[in-house]
Amino acid sequence: MPMLRDISLHIHDLAENSVAAGATQIDVMVCAKSDGYLYVEIQDNGCGMSEELLSRVTDPFTTSRTTRKVGMGIPFFKMACEQASGTFQIQSEIEKGTKTCGSFQIRHIDRLPLGNLGETLSMLILEKPEIRYTVTASSEQGTWVFDTDTVRDVLEDTPIQEYEVLQWIKGYVEEHTRNIFGGVLDEIIGRT
Amino acid sequence: MKSLEELRALKEKTKAEMNLRNEQNGLRVVVGMATCGIAAGARPVMNTFVEEIAKRQLNNVKVTMTGCIGLCKLEPIVEVIDPSGDKVTYVKMDAQKAARVVAEHLVNGKIVSEYTIKAEENS
Repeated sequence: MPMLRDISLHIHDLAENSVAAGATQIDVMVCAKSDGYLYVEIQDNGCGMSEELLSRVTDPFTTSRTTRKVGMGIPFFKMACEQASGTFQIQSEIEKGTKTCGSFQIRHIDRLPLGNLGETLSMLILEKPEIRYTVTASSEQGTWVFDTDTVRDVLEDTPIQEYEVLQWIKGYVEEHTRNIFGGVLDEIIGRT
Repeated sequence: MKSLEELRALKEKTKAEMNLRNEQNGLRVVVGMATCGIAAGARPVMNTFVEEIAKRQLNNVKVTMTGCIGLCKLEPIVEVIDPSGDKVTYVKMDAQKAARVVAEHLVNGKIVSEYTIKAEENS
C-alpha cells in the first residue's frame, strides 16, 4: 500500500481539499520551533464544514468523493503526526474556511522528511492558477514568506502557470526553504 | 540564490514564446491527483511532464489534473487526449516512463503501448 511519504505530499493532498472547497486563498505555514517540533498549518477560505462533517473527517470512511466510499487524506496526515509524537487539529467554519494543523517531533525516528515544497507549490499553481497561495517557512535561522501575488506583480500580464515560470517557482521555493531548514531538519543539508 | 530579478528576465522570454502557442489543435495530458495518485507518485510524474514540455518547447501540449477515477491500484494514471477526443490511458507511471511518453507520444506521435491500460489488462 503506497503512502504519502513526505510532508510536502501531505500538504499537497490537504491543499487539494481546500481547492475542492472553493478556496481563493490558501496559506501554508511550516515552522520548526525551539521546542523540537515541526508545526504545519494549512488554512483556506473555502466553504468550510459543518460540525457534523468535521467530527467525521478523521474517519477513513468519510469522503467527499463519489467513486468510492473511503477518504484517506486527513486520516493519513493525522497518523503521520501521531507516529512522530505530534498532534493533529482541524477547525472549520461554514463559509469561513478550514484550518488544519499538525505537529511532528523533529528528531523522532518516524517523522517524515519535509520533501519538496517547491514541487507542491508549482503543481498546485498549475492546477488552479487563480488561487492565491502564501507559504511561510520559519526556523531559528529566519523566516521566509512566499506569496503568489508578489510573483504576479512581477509577471504583469504573463500568466503564472507558464511552464518556465512554474519551474522558476519550484526552484525558488526549494532554495529558500533549504536555507531556512538546512541543518535544522536532519534530512536537509545545512546552508552552503 | 534565485531572485525576483531572474523572474523579471524570464517574463520577457516567456512572453515572446507565448505567441507561438497553438493549444486549440493540441494534445491534453491529464494526471490523476487525488490522495491515491499522490501516494502512488503522481507528482513527480506531473513534474516531469511540465519539465520536459518546457525544455522541448512543445507549444501544443497542455497539462491538467483530475481527481480519482476509481482505479486507484493502477495509479499514477495519465491520459493523453488528442484534438479529436481520442484518449490513450497510461497506468502505473513514474518519472522515467513520463519522459518516454513525452519523447515518443507527444513529440513523435507514437503510443508507448507497453505502458497503456490495455497492456496492463493483458498481462
